Amino acid sequence: MTSITFTINGTTKTIDVPPMKRLLDVLREDLHLTGTKEGCGEGECGACAVLLDGELVNSCLVPALQAEGAKLCTIEGVSTEGRLHPIQQCFLEKGGAQCGICTPGMILATQHLLDKYPNPTMEQIQEGLAGNLCRCTGYMRIFEAVQAAATITDPELAGTSR
Amino acid sequence: MSHQSPIIGTSPIRKEGRAKVLGEAQYIDDLSLPGMWFGATVRSAVARGTIRSITFGEEINWDAYCIVRPADIPGENTIVHLTKDHPCLADGMVNHPEEPILLIAHPDKIALLAALKAVHIEYDELPGVFTIEESEAAVENNDAARIIWPGSDAGGTANCFRQYLMYSGTAEETEDGIAAAFEAADFIIEGEYATGAQEQLYIENNGVIAECFRDATGNIESVCVRGSMQCPYYLVHALTLVFNLPEEKCRVIQTETGGAFGGKEDFPSVIGSHAALLAMKCGHPVKITYDRAEDMAATTKRHPSRTRHRTAVSKDGKLLAGTIDFAIDGGAYATLSPVVLSRGTIHAPGPYKWPFIRVRGKAMATNLPPHGAFRGFGAPQSIFGIERHMDKIAKTIGLTPEELRRRNFLTTGDTTATGQLLSDPVDMQHMLTRALNEAGYHEKLARFAESNKGSAIKRGVGFAAFMHGAGFTGSGEARLNSVVYLDALPDGRAQILVSSTEFGQGTQTILCQVGAQALGIAYEDVIFHQPDTKFVPNSGPTVASRTAMIVGKLIERAGKKMLETLRAAGLSEHHSSDEFKACVKSYLAEHGTLRSSVRYEPPTKIFWDDQLYRGDAYPGYAWAVYVAEVAVDLNTYMATVTRFDALQEVGKVIHPVLAKGQIEGGVAQGIGYAIYEKCMWKDGRMMNNQMTNYIMPTSADLPPIHIHFEEVPCIHGPEGAKGIGELPMDGPAPAILNAIENATGIAFNTIPVLPEDIFERLTSLGHPHGGSEDFNLTVDRDTRVEEVTA
Ligand code: FES
Ligand code: FES
Repeated sequence: MTSITFTINGTTKTIDVPPMKRLLDVLREDLHLTGTKEGCGEGECGACAVLLDGELVNSCLVPALQAEGAKLCTIEGVSTEGRLHPIQQCFLEKGGAQCGICTPGMILATQHLLDKYPNPTMEQIQEGLAGNLCRCTGYMRIFEAVQAAATITDPELAGTSR
Repeated sequence: MSHQSPIIGTSPIRKEGRAKVLGEAQYIDDLSLPGMWFGATVRSAVARGTIRSITFGEEINWDAYCIVRPADIPGENTIVHLTKDHPCLADGMVNHPEEPILLIAHPDKIALLAALKAVHIEYDELPGVFTIEESEAAVENNDAARIIWPGSDAGGTANCFRQYLMYSGTAEETEDGIAAAFEAADFIIEGEYATGAQEQLYIENNGVIAECFRDATGNIESVCVRGSMQCPYYLVHALTLVFNLPEEKCRVIQTETGGAFGGKEDFPSVIGSHAALLAMKCGHPVKITYDRAEDMAATTKRHPSRTRHRTAVSKDGKLLAGTIDFAIDGGAYATLSPVVLSRGTIHAPGPYKWPFIRVRGKAMATNLPPHGAFRGFGAPQSIFGIERHMDKIAKTIGLTPEELRRRNFLTTGDTTATGQLLSDPVDMQHMLTRALNEAGYHEKLARFAESNKGSAIKRGVGFAAFMHGAGFTGSGEARLNSVVYLDALPDGRAQILVSSTEFGQGTQTILCQVGAQALGIAYEDVIFHQPDTKFVPNSGPTVASRTAMIVGKLIERAGKKMLETLRAAGLSEHHSSDEFKACVKSYLAEHGTLRSSVRYEPPTKIFWDDQLYRGDAYPGYAWAVYVAEVAVDLNTYMATVTRFDALQEVGKVIHPVLAKGQIEGGVAQGIGYAIYEKCMWKDGRMMNNQMTNYIMPTSADLPPIHIHFEEVPCIHGPEGAKGIGELPMDGPAPAILNAIENATGIAFNTIPVLPEDIFERLTSLGHPHGGSEDFNLTVDRDTRVEEVTA
């Protein structure tokens, strides 16, 4: 067991965990943040994606140890006090979520993408989300949601991933 | 929202959408029950054999574990579908790799891994069959050692789960007609077409949590299973046999389901029974969730298929007669194969007029894990055959693919190959014209023919025309006898109670739209009860593109019935949502409850003969033309789809955004089926059971997908809606392969087509690697053409 301290969705936490425990399991089992999903456990699907110091990582591949001192953002940290983030609102309106299992990872990937490219081209969207598999949508509604979210600037909600 | 504005045809926010985008939706692996243990499955390491011994390694303290063996099963050792050949746990004999043999549970998930490794099983292996051809050969050669399935009391013969023989008329008249047509034909064209297995690849793996309750004397009183699934009542049925309990003692609750596509139609009966057995034995709730590797290796996939066509054609392009032999690989047990075969057989002739046709279908047994339901359910396989074959015929007789189809399309007033009169308007001529225009087909044909010259990138366009039946086949809906409830709630809202499940396709949303419109109230005032068999009636399984049309129609009727009751209680003719609520409240104050219960009534005009396999195969059909544009890179041997247009006539579109999403998602799966997704088998075992080496399309792989709808309302669906769920799986593969042939001149008749297949065909034609010379050979290894000289 190792004691690890990190900031998650704005709150600082210290927990005792085996150092090589997957960050995914720390989130789901120790912190009961089950919004982060497991689709493959081998870094292929992006269902477990979270932001670690602003970078998009697959939490199934990250040992807990690596979160020491980091700022983490999971899907639970994207909305503010029950108010949907524009990305979430756009996914909802444009049909970007069907079964919803890829959605948390997809929304964090979108947040990362829009942090990097506030006005992404279609190619940037396609590349930016290529690590997140969705079996339901064929991605078209997701692209629309991302494009719509890019046009919304809400200073109150900006920078929540940082 | 006032009652006057229509709700059907608009796109309200999906009911469970908010929980999904917030990450609050609770899937089975997000749930936990007090004292819960975890379960795992010991599986067969061989394809076929008898179990000689099972030993438990001494390194493990087995007292801490719960182990379930076949002898622990209180009822029958079977997972029932159509017959009882499929054991819940293998007892003495295994018939496919990964077959469940024992179940183990422990309070600690990690502790299960070591235990699984410490179970040692020895087998006396028996020879297996792994393809349709090997299975057929065993029958033909009377090779008793390779007869792996004996037949069953529910039908079937050695190695063959089911056969169908479908004639366009009486057997005799059709055989005579076929014989005469083949005599008189200008051309006889044969072709063979094959499709591979496909993994559903829902992103949430199969998973359940089971509980078992005992009475004061320790007898099993009831079981309860919750989990990721499409058909709660299928699992109820399975549990009644495994536990020898009545239906009302087997409760099943569907939790939020992260994709299904058919992969959670029949399989939850297996994992659900397993978890319930462990819960029974260990006395704790038990969760079983598969990891990706186990889910891919051990659960059902789309049936591989082979379609053989032999067609008599006149030189002016009329189909005179045809014979089709359609075979699917069912895997080791019958499961749903007879029904998959049925849909495939009925869809095999395509949307064409056949003066005489005979279709033979058969589902063969092999020592692969049982294949099961996957979106399209047999139709994508046989439609691949006919739509590749139509391009073949066109090329052979010198017509364009378009003109050949135009000369043979079914139209209003025609009868289909099963003898069904098409009384609803059908206009495939218009559909084809519109789809080709939307896609810019003609302009591209000409442009690519020019630009391909001297280019290493060969571009092409191709299309497929097809129909897809909505609802259960033949007399299926009458047998299902579905029931829905619509309740008025104390707060004045209405609640839909059905066993129809949401797994992304929009069931909750569209049924609430239908309910709201029928009741004349706001969408927000209709809610959906979680599918829990303790409360919801059996509205049938959520499969076969039946939910919008069949269950939707029942909800519509239930709404009208409730409205009649409320009108009698004083609700005004043009009520608002608020007036509705007020009326409900006063009604409930007086009567206590208000439930509108409606049962399916088979339309009097629909007739189906199961024996002769003739009649009205489906209450309604969706019609479609899909157009693919491809680029084949002769340097990398990669084929990519560069644009896709999907036009369909689906009755009434209930929710345009969801409907588009359904079609786009299905097209994406169809593109995967055609050029990305390959299951690799070795002695019946899937070798690439990981997302790393089973490749589904990513956001970077897909082209723009353009969706177009035509609406011709159908009387059997709510406001005229027909089913759309499976339809988009049918068209992409043949359209793409037709486009690849247009681009390269090479006819591929087997899917998937991967770069190595393109490489192999090009090099076998003496094509120098990386060349860019013109390439317009028509080479088709699988097709034989006879030109009949009178
Ligand atoms: S679960 Fe981590 S990438 Fe799939
Ligand atoms: S919405 Fe189901 S996997 Fe993306």
